[in-house]
Amino acid sequence: MARPDTATVWGWLDQVPDPEIPVISVVDLGIIRDVAWDDDTLEVAITPTYSGCPATSMINMDVETALRDHGVEKIRLRQQISPPWTTDWLSAKGRAKLEEYGIAPPNAAGGPEHCPQCGSKDVEKVSQFGSTPCKAHWRCLSCLEPFDYFKCI
Amino acid sequence: MADNALFQFLLRMGDNTLVLGHRVSEWCGKAPVLEEDIALANTALDLIGQTQMWLGYAAELQGEAKTADDLAYLRDVWDFRNLLMLERPNLDFGHTMMRQYLFDAYHHLLLGKLAGSSDPRVAEIAAKSVKEAAYHLDRSGETVVALGDGTAESHRRMQDALDLLWPFAGEMFLADDVDDAMAAAGIAPELAALKAEWESSVRATLRDASLTVPDDDFAHKGGKTGRQHTEHLGHMLAQMQFLQRAYPGASW
Ligand SMILES: [Zn+2]
Repeated sequence: MARPDTATVWGWLDQVPDPEIPVISVVDLGIIRDVAWDDDTLEVAITPTYSGCPATSMINMDVETALRDHGVEKIRLRQQISPPWTTDWLSAKGRAKLEEYGIAPPNAAGGPEHCPQCGSKDVEKVSQFGSTPCKAHWRCLSCLEPFDYFKCI
Repeated sequence: MADNALFQFLLRMGDNTLVLGHRVSEWCGKAPVLEEDIALANTALDLIGQTQMWLGYAAELQGEAKTADDLAYLRDVWDFRNLLMLERPNLDFGHTMMRQYLFDAYHHLLLGKLAGSSDPRVAEIAAKSVKEAAYHLDRSGETVVALGDGTAESHRRMQDALDLLWPFAGEMFLADDVDDAMAAAGIAPELAALKAEWESSVRATLRDASLTVPDDDFAHKGGKTGRQHTEHLGHMLAQMQFLQRAYPGASW
């Protein structure tokens, strides 16, 4: 096959959903750090969100499968831990999708800006941790619904 | 010798996170409330993830095609280099959180310095880990204050935990040849300097928790050098390593 340019590859990867929050892609999550051709091998650098994130191997498999489906034959995945992943790398599109899905996006103030269900600012923390390493557990005091907050790191 | 000192240092870092991570994971499914159960499991997960990085680097230095798994599952008690405090059984929730706090305060401080290490691999592992450690410290510090300054019962349990654990905390700052070599090479900080910072922040938190720090500075030692572990580590390894011992090379 002809070597697709890296912008095309980025577009493909933007179709690979995050296994734990499937409404956003691995590109939205900011964990794809680099896509480059090394001769006829496509090298993709991936960074883990949390060092013990159990989705890491699943993400590697999904990325590799997607690239193979697009006809790429030689693929090399490289784990890159530096600089460490930060929620600043979440895309604007990803943040909007998280909110639509019911997860409050990360906020530098250390807590959600408002309830993702009803928009109320009257919210409180239930626990610093949630259903996955990247989330915390909050609740809304207006609509009384619990919700996940994407931790800011 | 220089390489061997680095190897020993990496084992200390990785064994601390491995042994504490395993202990904390023992709470999974039986913590006092659901939120704490999830928080403990997440903390354990971070620690095991950090272990993969430290022991992964150690295994590379060792060569012989060794991996982090070989180091975690196929070494015996005397080859472990974790602090004695971390291999202690969990006892109650208060003891678990006090141990976590005393370690987190040290770990966070140490990782912050290691992020500027002269060894680039150590620096990047530390830079990744320190963000997680900051989160752990926030939570364990808050919990120690809430329980220490809580009911008469929670206060009593936290004071008992502190009295039990304080004599184990000193080992974190006992420097030996390995620490001296790491400090001289700019790979890790001087432990003596770290101790002053640790003490001032820990004493302030314990004061907020209305707990009394024991006067005695006696420190149990032998974990980080591997000279003498407590009887608890062997029991823990018997459980943690069972699968690889019984079915060598088994994988998921
Ligand atoms: Zn609401």
